[in-house]
Amino acid sequence: MRHLLSATDLDRDQAVMLLDTAAELASVTDRAVKKLPTLRGRTVANLFFEDSTRTRLSFEAAAKRLSADVITFTAKGSSVSKGESLKDTALTLEAMGAQAIVLRHHASGAAQRLAESGWIDASVVNAGDGTHEHPTQALLDAFTLRQHLRDGEGDLSGLRVVIVGDILHSRVARSNVWLLRTLGAQVTLVAPPTLVPFGVDSWPCAVSYDLDDVLPEADAVMMLRVQAERMTAAYFPSAHEYSRRYGLDAARASALAEHAVVLHPGPMNRGMEITADVADSPRSLVVDQVANGVSVRMAVLYHVLADPGSVLGEEPA
Amino acid sequence: MTSTDILIRGVRPLGGRDVVDLVISEGRIRDIGSGLMGTEGARVIEAGGRICLPGLVDLHTHLREPGREDTETIETGCQAAALGGYTAVHAMANTQPVADTAGVVEQVWRRGREIGLCEVVPVGAVTVGLGGERLAELGAMAESAARVRVFSDDGICVSDPLLMRRALEYVKGFDGVVAQHAQEPRLTIGAQMNEGALSGELGLPGWPAVAEEAIIARDVLLAEHVGSRLHVCHLSTRGSVEIIRWAKERGIDVTAEVTPHHLMLTEDLARSYDPLFKVNPPLRTIEDVEAVRAGLADGTIDIVATDHAPHAHEDKDCEWSAGAFGMLGLQTAVGVVAEAMVATGSMTWEQVADRMSVAPARIARLKDQGRPLIPGEPAHLTIIDPDAPWTVRPELLASRSRNTPYVERTLPASVWATFFQGQPTVLEGSLA
Repeated sequence: MRHLLSATDLDRDQAVMLLDTAAELASVTDRAVKKLPTLRGRTVANLFFEDSTRTRLSFEAAAKRLSADVITFTAKGSSVSKGESLKDTALTLEAMGAQAIVLRHHASGAAQRLAESGWIDASVVNAGDGTHEHPTQALLDAFTLRQHLRDGEGDLSGLRVVIVGDILHSRVARSNVWLLRTLGAQVTLVAPPTLVPFGVDSWPCAVSYDLDDVLPEADAVMMLRVQAERMTAAYFPSAHEYSRRYGLDAARASALAEHAVVLHPGPMNRGMEITADVADSPRSLVVDQVANGVSVRMAVLYHVLADPGSVLGEEPA
Repeated sequence: MTSTDILIRGVRPLGGRDVVDLVISEGRIRDIGSGLMGTEGARVIEAGGRICLPGLVDLHTHLREPGREDTETIETGCQAAALGGYTAVHAMANTQPVADTAGVVEQVWRRGREIGLCEVVPVGAVTVGLGGERLAELGAMAESAARVRVFSDDGICVSDPLLMRRALEYVKGFDGVVAQHAQEPRLTIGAQMNEGALSGELGLPGWPAVAEEAIIARDVLLAEHVGSRLHVCHLSTRGSVEIIRWAKERGIDVTAEVTPHHLMLTEDLARSYDPLFKVNPPLRTIEDVEAVRAGLADGTIDIVATDHAPHAHEDKDCEWSAGAFGMLGLQTAVGVVAEAMVATGSMTWEQVADRMSVAPARIARLKDQGRPLIPGEPAHLTIIDPDAPWTVRPELLASRSRNTPYVERTLPASVWATFFQGQPTVLEGSLA
């Protein structure tokens, strides 16, 4: 695997292989020394044009547990037109020896552009591009679902997953729709019609405007962060109305099946899309997701960077 | 004949079957017919039965001077125009400073005259500084040496309906026309590509067809109400074609243009996230392409205009959303129209002459351009080789910029020669 740009890059077997690798790597976390020598001498550059402390730390931890050297570049602000050039920054990091660039960028398609433009030779891992995709988030969500609902093995055939919130602006939703579908799950998107992307009827998923309608059948509910500022652009009338119609509170969650789980990619707007009692309830897997994020990102870096012949976990001679 | 005369032997006027000779003298066609003899000292050019059209007229060209001479100058733009078969181009007003005064339009016009490769006709801004708030001095530009007749805030829509109404009314005083960039601004905030299933998938903010169609519908009704002439720039959607067709049936004095790229390319190119394919209005769907082709063929769309828009390398060598809107067009227009319209059997070369020369000259009220190929008319001519495929290589284009979307594409027809005021500006595909 040269790059990971989109969840659509992965077919079922590749996705399952990544999840299996992540499961194997997760066991490292249980050891006294939480490090593998696999990527010793390799350099991973975290290139973050957007604030995202949790994703950046997760990739850093993943790279370090594989013994890679890590350099991190963060550029604040989201000026699209001027300021830090993606091309120049990537050239700089490659000149410093980066063999893989983990890119978070406010522009949709930035990771693909970096990988295909011919600017650099390094591998590119998409850590979130605009409102397009966030494939490692989808992988960690799939990993978490598999761990809790499928005994940690195989794919997600037949699993019913409901994704709720600002689908229109969500890279997490896009990556999850493609990946969960690849893994055999049935996805239903739930949002007010204003936050459903144009042309969604061609996506491999169902769409509902009514959360209560779909909750009883769900094996898992993924609540997305909704920015209150969206209401200034008339996507919905008020935060209160949004919460009432699309927020997950204890009363609504009681309609869920016994085994059903709740996910959230974070950071949560407690009181907006999810209430504290649900977020902190036993069916909430929010903390598991964070832990699994490191394992999944280790798996991705391993497959992108390790020599084809190297064996996972084996000490070099 | 004097020694400055030119005898062009063997051309097919308007792509017809007859092969004739043509004598040019003192900037005009002196004679046209078979077996014409060149007299002592006349220059003889063997055209080998190629197609002769009246010199092409582009109603929509960005020459970038003054202000962005790093991307194009009037001189390099005119070279590209001549190589593309054009004998007149309309220089859009969105320069720095904006062409919103008699002084700026005269400067552009004079520079065009000095270069002498084609007629450079300035387009005047509708509003001061393209600000969309108050009318620029349209009358002063009309009365200037540049004789401006086409007014446009191109790049920005005159979205205020009252201001648009006033502009449409005001230009009646000197037979002007307002060329509208139809884009409802509120419906296209942050828009990056055509709104559809693909924009949703790619996570790029959409530019919906309705944002173009709503303005066109409003403007044709305004033009009808005040009895004015309206020109619609770079129409791009099926719905827009239908609105224009309806307006014309109703007798509204509206004309419309389509760009070569909207005749040829579709939104799927955005999948690359390469801003080379980013343009405003955006590339649309195949259904839209088919509709604009049909509209051009049946005359609903009056003209092809290039919207030639040079951009600096760094403004295209970046991520999609940071990239500039626009594509080069002057040198590829004939080849693209040949492929999209002539090779498909949708249009004849005679119709190409109408859409790319006669009609744009009429809209712009250029009295010496787009004329019939008969004795006494100005010798602005384009000679096209319809069977001379060529492959587009950005580094070989005359433009100072390289942002052609047709990189490595092969186009079926070439411009073989261009004559401006009776003199060759291009011969055998190179600047004369």
